[in-house]
Amino acid sequence: MSSRDVVLGRVRRALAAEPRDTGRNEPPVVRDYRRVHGSRTAAQTVELLAENLADYRAVVHRSDPAGLPALIARLLADRGARSVVVPRGLPASWLEAALAASSGLTRIEDRAALTPAELDAVDSVVTGCAVAIAETGTLVLDAGPDQGRRRITLVPDHHVCVVRVPDQVVGSVPQALPRLAPDRPLTWISGPSATSDIELDRVEGVHGPRTLEVILLSASGQSG
Amino acid sequence: MSGTYLGMPAFPRAADVSTRDTRLRANLTHATHTIRDKRAAAVAELDDWAQLRAAGAAVKDRVLRRLDHYLEQLEAAVTAAGGQVHWAADAEEANRIVTALVRETGEREVVKVKSMATQEIGLNQALEDAGIRAYETDLAELIVQLGDDLPSHILVPAIHRNRAEIRDIFRREMGRWGRPAPEGLSDSPAELAEAARLHLREKFLSAKVGISGANFMVAETGTLVVVESEGNGRMCLTLPETLISVVGIEKVVPTWQDLEIFLQLLPRSSTAERMNPYTSTWTGTTDGDGPRNFHLVLLDNGRTDTLADTVGRQALRCIRCSACLNVCPVYERAGGHAYGSPYPGPIGAILTPQLRGMQGPLEESLPYASSLCGACYEVCPVAIDIPEVLVHLRERVVEGGPVTRGGTRTVVKPARGHAAERAAMRAAAWTFDHPGVLRRGMRLAARTRRLHPRRLPGPGRAWSRTRALPAVPAESFRDWWRRTRGESPSGPTGERGAGE
Repeated sequence: MSSRDVVLGRVRRALAAEPRDTGRNEPPVVRDYRRVHGSRTAAQTVELLAENLADYRAVVHRSDPAGLPALIARLLADRGARSVVVPRGLPASWLEAALAASSGLTRIEDRAALTPAELDAVDSVVTGCAVAIAETGTLVLDAGPDQGRRRITLVPDHHVCVVRVPDQVVGSVPQALPRLAPDRPLTWISGPSATSDIELDRVEGVHGPRTLEVILLSASGQSG
Repeated sequence: MSGTYLGMPAFPRAADVSTRDTRLRANLTHATHTIRDKRAAAVAELDDWAQLRAAGAAVKDRVLRRLDHYLEQLEAAVTAAGGQVHWAADAEEANRIVTALVRETGEREVVKVKSMATQEIGLNQALEDAGIRAYETDLAELIVQLGDDLPSHILVPAIHRNRAEIRDIFRREMGRWGRPAPEGLSDSPAELAEAARLHLREKFLSAKVGISGANFMVAETGTLVVVESEGNGRMCLTLPETLISVVGIEKVVPTWQDLEIFLQLLPRSSTAERMNPYTSTWTGTTDGDGPRNFHLVLLDNGRTDTLADTVGRQALRCIRCSACLNVCPVYERAGGHAYGSPYPGPIGAILTPQLRGMQGPLEESLPYASSLCGACYEVCPVAIDIPEVLVHLRERVVEGGPVTRGGTRTVVKPARGHAAERAAMRAAAWTFDHPGVLRRGMRLAARTRRLHPRRLPGPGRAWSRTRALPAVPAESFRDWWRRTRGESPSGPTGERGAGE
């Protein structure tokens, strides 16, 4: 008898006294919890996202499409970044200013052949995101074309993440899940890497990026 | 410490030592009070907490009631997504499966993200016996591993260590495992975390095999979920070529939507955050992103025996948040090691005896490691009635009764050492049935009260060693009532009618 049969057999014996229905007569799970906490306009939801991101020590910036390339250029320059890894589907215009202004900056394409050690030598990463959750201050990446493989937002020490507001922002966790595909690998990020393992003193940046910068990108003319 | 929970003494003996450790108690008091206050604030932010809690408990109960169905559904979904599913009936089998999987890769080193399940089965030791070195990568687990120590808390396993001890461990041990601690390392948490970052990064970048547990498995989609803070989880889950996840069979939830409940309950209950810094979900393998080989080892190891107990099975709802530890007056004073298992505190007191069976003095003592104050039930995000299970397990210890061991239904005898307690209870029952005897006994006790010892002799010694004996009043209640009211306490037909 295989271990599979052993374990399933034990489960069935343990549950022998339970009614073996097909699930239709199951006691229902009452989902009377809230879909979202409080009522907010789209703009207020974006404000709450900004507050909660900052509360978890992410650095929040705002921009519109016209100002975005210059802002990204400034953030990379302020960090003294010499190399930046980008996902294949990142809009080309986003990095134009950074690459033009600083001839020293090398653009590295996210590709399967990139080894972890090569990635470790890269200073920064710039990505988009799939969904952002206001109540928890969370960015969710789903490995889409403008986000790339999971590791590029993990190994470099500086992550710049662009969130399109208000389109990509939801209020709550229950509102986020239906917008995410379970068959894609997901990374939920709430602030930079952190630990409280030493006397409960919070220290940022143990293994993931120590600095997380979030750009809230609004459509033209809605910046601010 | 020898790095293993085997052969740990019964709870009262271990606690007798640990409660005298003033540094341990200071560390623990600071930690548990800090987390418990923060948690209360995080929970208060959600005005539907009670509904979330009820829904979380209901989802888990639903899973447990049809666990075979959900496990088969999960297996099919993981397999369809490119993963391979293995079943392990006990710890030994799980260790054998994982060891064989690592050997197949030809690697002699693995990186691990903190996993209660692998601690429970003693995987690191099994791998070491097979010539494979397992590196713990959670900062606290690293401190525990380098110090040849044992975890003492579910969330913050090195909570019993302060910063000076951690600095000493890093300075002394890091070099033996890989990159040594930087020269002149101080005891500031930031410097210590940086030393761990440098030490572990060389492991992450070269690791070919990662080992993890999982917080949740979604039956409908075959998705696994790991919730963490430091990023070491992401490193272990995404950089290696092979990923082996060892997960208890009770961690399955039916649907993707169910995560909306648990991703709200877990972070706030556990680290008291709105959301933990990192959550990773993956479904089988993804071309060009993350491990090329994914193995899921489904672990029983006493869980089906626990499932067979209709009162005790609620312990399988546990999502390992550790909120019950931080409110427990017994845990706060005794510390985590006294519980003799990776699962300390109130949840450990009900989980360990059920997973392992009441097989020895430690397991028999754990249901008594509680004041039954109920604080653990109040904070539990999935409403496990821990006091109810404790009392149920105490009954098994004292009275014996039906249990399931290794899938087989059997009847256990009362535990040895409880004969005196049973005799005392029988004597008490007889006395309460004979009110005249009770009355004369109470009068005698009152008159001889100056002669009573502070500690009981004989079989009562152990009981009175940790408790103050109640003072006997100068006059029994009945005598006082009769003197002040001039009538029998139990009414006209009471005492005289029954006994005299």
